[in-house]
Amino acid sequence: MEMLAAAEAGESALLIAPTGGGKTLAGFLPSLIQLHRDPRPGLHTLYVSPLKALAVDIARNLTIPAEEMGLDLRIETRTGDTPANRRARQRQDPPQILLTTPESLTLLLSLPDAGEIFGNLACVVIDEIHALAGTKRGDQLALCLSRLSTLAPGLRRVGLSATVAHPKALAAWCARDADPDKVRLVRAAGGAAPEIGTILPAGRLPWGGHMGLSTMPEVYERLREAGVSIVFTNTRAQSELCFQALWRLNEDNLPIALHHGSLTVEQRRKVEAAMAAGKLRAVVATASLDLGIDWGAVDQVIQVGAPKGVARLLQRVGRANHRMDEPSRAALVPANRFEVIECRAAIEAVAEGEVDGDPPRPGGLDVLAQHILAMACHAPFFPDDLYAEVKGAAAYATLSRRDFDDTLRFVEDGGYALSGYERFRRLFRDYEGRVHVRGPQVARQLRMNLGTIVETPLLKVRMRGGPILGEVEEWFVSTLEPGDNFIFAGQVLRYERLDPMAVIVSRGGEGEPRVPAYAGSKLPLSTSLALRVREILSNPRHWKALPEPVREWLAMQRKRSELPPLEGLLVEVFPRGNRWFLVAYCFEGRLAHQTLGMLVTRRMEHMGLGPLGFLGTDYVMAVWSAFEPTDVEHLFEEDLLGEELEEWIAESSMLRRTFRNIATIAGLLEKNHPGQEKSGRQMSMSADLIYDVLRKHEPDHILLRATRAEAAFGLTDVARIGSLLERARGRIRVRRLNRVSPLAVPALIEEGREWVSGSAEDALLAEAVALVEEATGGEDSFTGDLTDGTPEASAPKEHPPRQSRSMRLARRRPRR
Amino acid sequence: MISAPVHLAGERLLLDPSGALFWPSRQILAVSDLHLEKGSHFARHGRFVPPYDTRETLSRLAPLMRRYTPGRIVFLGDSFHDAEGASRMQAADRAALMHLLGNRLVTWVLGNHDPVAPDGLPGEAVEEFREGPFVFRHIGMAGKEVGFEFSGHFHPKASLPTRCGPVTRPCFLADARRVMLPAFGAYTGGLEITAQPIAALFPRGGRAFLLGKDRLYSAAVGPMKHLAAVTGRPAESLQPT
Repeated sequence: MEMLAAAEAGESALLIAPTGGGKTLAGFLPSLIQLHRDPRPGLHTLYVSPLKALAVDIARNLTIPAEEMGLDLRIETRTGDTPANRRARQRQDPPQILLTTPESLTLLLSLPDAGEIFGNLACVVIDEIHALAGTKRGDQLALCLSRLSTLAPGLRRVGLSATVAHPKALAAWCARDADPDKVRLVRAAGGAAPEIGTILPAGRLPWGGHMGLSTMPEVYERLREAGVSIVFTNTRAQSELCFQALWRLNEDNLPIALHHGSLTVEQRRKVEAAMAAGKLRAVVATASLDLGIDWGAVDQVIQVGAPKGVARLLQRVGRANHRMDEPSRAALVPANRFEVIECRAAIEAVAEGEVDGDPPRPGGLDVLAQHILAMACHAPFFPDDLYAEVKGAAAYATLSRRDFDDTLRFVEDGGYALSGYERFRRLFRDYEGRVHVRGPQVARQLRMNLGTIVETPLLKVRMRGGPILGEVEEWFVSTLEPGDNFIFAGQVLRYERLDPMAVIVSRGGEGEPRVPAYAGSKLPLSTSLALRVREILSNPRHWKALPEPVREWLAMQRKRSELPPLEGLLVEVFPRGNRWFLVAYCFEGRLAHQTLGMLVTRRMEHMGLGPLGFLGTDYVMAVWSAFEPTDVEHLFEEDLLGEELEEWIAESSMLRRTFRNIATIAGLLEKNHPGQEKSGRQMSMSADLIYDVLRKHEPDHILLRATRAEAAFGLTDVARIGSLLERARGRIRVRRLNRVSPLAVPALIEEGREWVSGSAEDALLAEAVALVEEATGGEDSFTGDLTDGTPEASAPKEHPPRQSRSMRLARRRPRR
Repeated sequence: MISAPVHLAGERLLLDPSGALFWPSRQILAVSDLHLEKGSHFARHGRFVPPYDTRETLSRLAPLMRRYTPGRIVFLGDSFHDAEGASRMQAADRAALMHLLGNRLVTWVLGNHDPVAPDGLPGEAVEEFREGPFVFRHIGMAGKEVGFEFSGHFHPKASLPTRCGPVTRPCFLADARRVMLPAFGAYTGGLEITAQPIAALFPRGGRAFLLGKDRLYSAAVGPMKHLAAVTGRPAESLQPT
């Protein structure tokens, strides 16, 4: 009702409601009423959703009430899948209601006739706005909204969002000038509070691991008892393993399906359709199902592994039972003892109505570069006007004129201090100062490369003589040998060979299968959950809600060492094997701990402590060294975050990845180009080389500024390390123990990989070369005489047997 | 900087960690695949990659002139990214290059990217350059009758297993007949030595020299012809020594 009132008053509105509850219909209702009262041709209402499938589904669901109201309306979708002839017709004669995605909207706005298409637009509905704000697709959409308001000055915006920690920031998205106070904020009454429990394994509670597989029998029981369930996991690898485990237990032949982002689109649509038709009892899924079509009939949600964040948990729990009057039913499956505590913390946070999450970060300059070019393709513009329009977008409200001008210059000719590219300009200015595109090929190139999603190098997986099953990351394939097994798309596959187009596999195979991992697919523990975990740990009064084995575990920790304090920092030092271990209970998330591990080992190196390695979990950071760590306080001083960190971050693969994405979105690198498709590997290579050259010769270039800005927000880990060191200052509790403490066990059995920075590579190469030299007593060392192949291959010289020291040439993700 | 001495056809050669080869007895320095003006080539097609690649590549060449003071410099082909590359050079870069070349003899071996002599630069442009027992050409030739050979073209790179996973670097690849040079240019990527086109030239394996910060890391490479040809995957052992 309040949405209708906002519409009557011509106000923009933000509707915040838990998942379900007819949110989308509420967004549309005013438009339907208006069109009922005052039918008119031409585009009236635009709907933008992050998911193509959602747009299609809403179009279907909207047609029914429209017909019931007796409206003579055209409701159509426009996505990448829309056939060319329909797209052309939509341009000439737009429907009254058009449903689309941010990408398709950008394309429409880059057309010369965008003014005619959108001139009479009355309302734009932005669905799942919380999932878009703060992402690059969101930046793109924010810029498009600002442009729409220029084309149609009377335009009303309606935002639809799930419950979020920062409603004001989202309200700004719905305002023409990014002023949240001009937007009517409508909060739907929260439905019944969700009922969230935990499921523990019948046997021993695991000390470590993240997969939660030992609880699968109990999970299976729940699936049998309930009508329809969604089993959410944290990673694609975990979803594959859980699916396998459930399938092995599936004596009742329950229809259970698998759904994750690496499966083919067709496969995913099939699963979604089967779910909608009520043909499935359960889907094992990843974040791929966090958003999407309401299925209504989901009886329970099971979250395997700790949820890592409250907002995410709520989103997932909301997928169960979309009726407002009944509580959503959900269960958490902690995979280890720490996760039991984390799950408890999450349940308490939900009960107290707390929502976590960072406010959306400022918009990226790479997306702005793409937008500037798109706007130039639409029509010539004055830079002053465009700057004003861009500042009207919430994500760019704080954009400085300098950044805007530099981005514009970048679009024109690269914007380098060293001139030289003027004759290749993409844009030129006329005598009045208007900016034009140089020719039609510029627009063509833009449209081919539009979009803000940059994929990591992927390879298709194809069944021999059969269909494509999905995609895995290239580097994973490079670690496979023909005959190796891996789990993918819910089956055990045998790697046959790599052909130019795909990874060829066959069914079955023997031996322990591996699971493809995907880079960066795991979210770190959120700050507010981490605080709650520390609260529970430090105060035994909170332990009542914990299961017996966990209480005993904590009690034992208190006896043998001490509990991590709420403020301050507990650091344990103990010998084990021939090494010294240092375990710091920081609770700042995996990313932060990995960075911290790197910084601490570097300092230990300077102190001559002989650090050997480190690892970071979501809860602790552990280092092992040759000598006993002394002066622990010095290791955690705040000056850790000085120049060394800057240098390391600039060298890190993370920043290189960030740069690659930015360079691609900004149009420096091809996404695709007629006639020459680049493989991901080639692209990643040249991005690295460009990064190195640019860093050396023009460190203040706009693209490097954009990269650093994004890293500063994306790598919240650095901010978290800062707050940790501050919190710990003067309050570091060092416990010297004679053996490992109970709380340290999960970390020590964690599978971890050291984090190697670029500058360490040479040391590793030298070590590898020296190692073989030592092992062979120098016999195999290179004397300067070139021969064919290995010594045995050419000369029948005396040599020790080779098998013992044979090393396979390894091909993996290129580091540089 | 520590260069690695190797012996081929009875001659002593130095492999430099920068990717250059020096032949002391004839005072010849060879570098391959500089791909100068690759940046401006991209810019011409609407991709404004940083225009500093030529400057960067030349700045890597300069210390080699000081270290070895060669009498002749042989560019092993693909010195410019395209035929017009030399004419697109910025005045400052051109001056820097002229200064580097100085009074030395200059040989431009022609490559597939630059099939013509570079515009307005000193030196001779040839398909092949022969000196003593060696022939310098852009693309290595298979077969026994080709003689002792220095070539480039393929931008070889190799991965060495280490404690923390494999490390990939551009490399020299050599056997008893030939030395293949890594690409010297700032914007040049690499091809794994196990890839078919490279492996085919080293049917009995050889030795890879991975470029490091100030030294080379050498490793024996086993025969690669079987598996590599079929799957494009690593075939045999690469042993660091």
